[in-house]
Amino acid sequence: MDRPVLGRGVRLIYDKTRQTHVVLHPEGVLVPNRTAVSVLELCDGVTTVPGIAEALGATYAGVREEEVGAVLTRLTENGVVRWT
Amino acid sequence: MDLTPAPAPEAAPPLGLLAELTHRCPLHCGYCSNPLELIEREKELSTEQWTRVFTQARDIGVLQVHLSGGEPLARPDLPELVSHVSGLGAYVNLVTSGLGLTEARLADLADRGLDHVQLSVQGATAERADLLAGARAHHHKITAAALVRARGLPLTVNAVLHRGNHDQLAGLIELAEAMGADRLELANTQYYGWALRNRAALMPTPEQLAAAEPVVRAAIERLKGTMEIVYVLADYYEPYPKPCMHGWGALQLTVAPDGTVLPCPAASAITTLTLDNVKDTPLGDIWYKSGSFNAYRGEEWMPDLCRSCDRRALDHGGCRCQAFLLTGDAAATDPVCSKSDRRGVVDLLLATPGAAPPEMVMRGPRPVAAVHR
Repeated sequence: MDRPVLGRGVRLIYDKTRQTHVVLHPEGVLVPNRTAVSVLELCDGVTTVPGIAEALGATYAGVREEEVGAVLTRLTENGVVRWT
Repeated sequence: MDLTPAPAPEAAPPLGLLAELTHRCPLHCGYCSNPLELIEREKELSTEQWTRVFTQARDIGVLQVHLSGGEPLARPDLPELVSHVSGLGAYVNLVTSGLGLTEARLADLADRGLDHVQLSVQGATAERADLLAGARAHHHKITAAALVRARGLPLTVNAVLHRGNHDQLAGLIELAEAMGADRLELANTQYYGWALRNRAALMPTPEQLAAAEPVVRAAIERLKGTMEIVYVLADYYEPYPKPCMHGWGALQLTVAPDGTVLPCPAASAITTLTLDNVKDTPLGDIWYKSGSFNAYRGEEWMPDLCRSCDRRALDHGGCRCQAFLLTGDAAATDPVCSKSDRRGVVDLLLATPGAAPPEMVMRGPRPVAAVHR
């Protein structure tokens, strides 16, 4: 249970109308911030948290594993992310 | 003299579309909130008209499409419609009684992009549920839930609560657990359409509501992380009105089977409202420019009581349909509000039920059918 993946029935898409990424789930629509989008795009059920931090580090300077973990905790709490 | 028309209140793009594909339904629930006079099959939009509605809806920003009814499975073109909506990138939710959902049909719908299923249940036991649905339906629902689960789709179970099933509340929670639901909606009846005529029979007693509260609270705590429970409070009993639709014309729109576009699913009850139809007007024009969608947008329309109230951003003055149905004025403060000088109307209704409520009149296609029953 250390690999995050999108929850059952959860989808991440780009919405042209609002020009932003949105998370679609059974209960509604969430608008994730840029950091959350970057993390969610790497939630494939294969990559671990250190792996996500490392991948993000290739694009953004100074990404810390704890920050990624904090983002994932919030996303888990509202059902967007589950763990495999 | 300034002849410039007043600018329409700012409207954001809609998030959700409730598509009532048909009013045909195998169930006859007495709490049905669809209008007394149902739209006949011959007047339903065609496949091509529905696909155009969905395309227009996505163009103006709709991200969630709820395929509902009646029973959406009664439409043979449902698979085609699911493909189309999914192809547009929107989230596809099927709101169903479960009747007619076979393994093959579900597999096909899932392959075409169905994202989520919302299944209704009427009671915790087959005997009670079938009585309330007016059909042998309960065992089909058990099967439907198992199919959805086996397919790995998320499942929401929805139970409408009323005087005739509040005693089965704990059983309904157990049923949803056994079905493997991700989410359970326990919604006390709202009195619109057919349900309004059965209001006296449906209205729960204060004792039932008091008994429900600890049961729901304990279940929410016990099932945290397993099954989310949403409890919709009993209409009329609260001191403040419900935040209807999160604001008129703010987040969602409804398209009725014949293409009539409604700011809220019950809005056809407001006879003073002129409603537009997607057959005549593009959906975007209706959302942004129509008289019906702008009628109660923002705060300009509000009576002074609401406009000066701290709660106006929370409940938006309450439900427009309820204001109309109970006071005859759709722009009045929802009389459920304890600040309303017409709260007495609601209190009188709460005092009326008594020990022996009238018989529930089962849903028929037309009001006349029930009268002759």
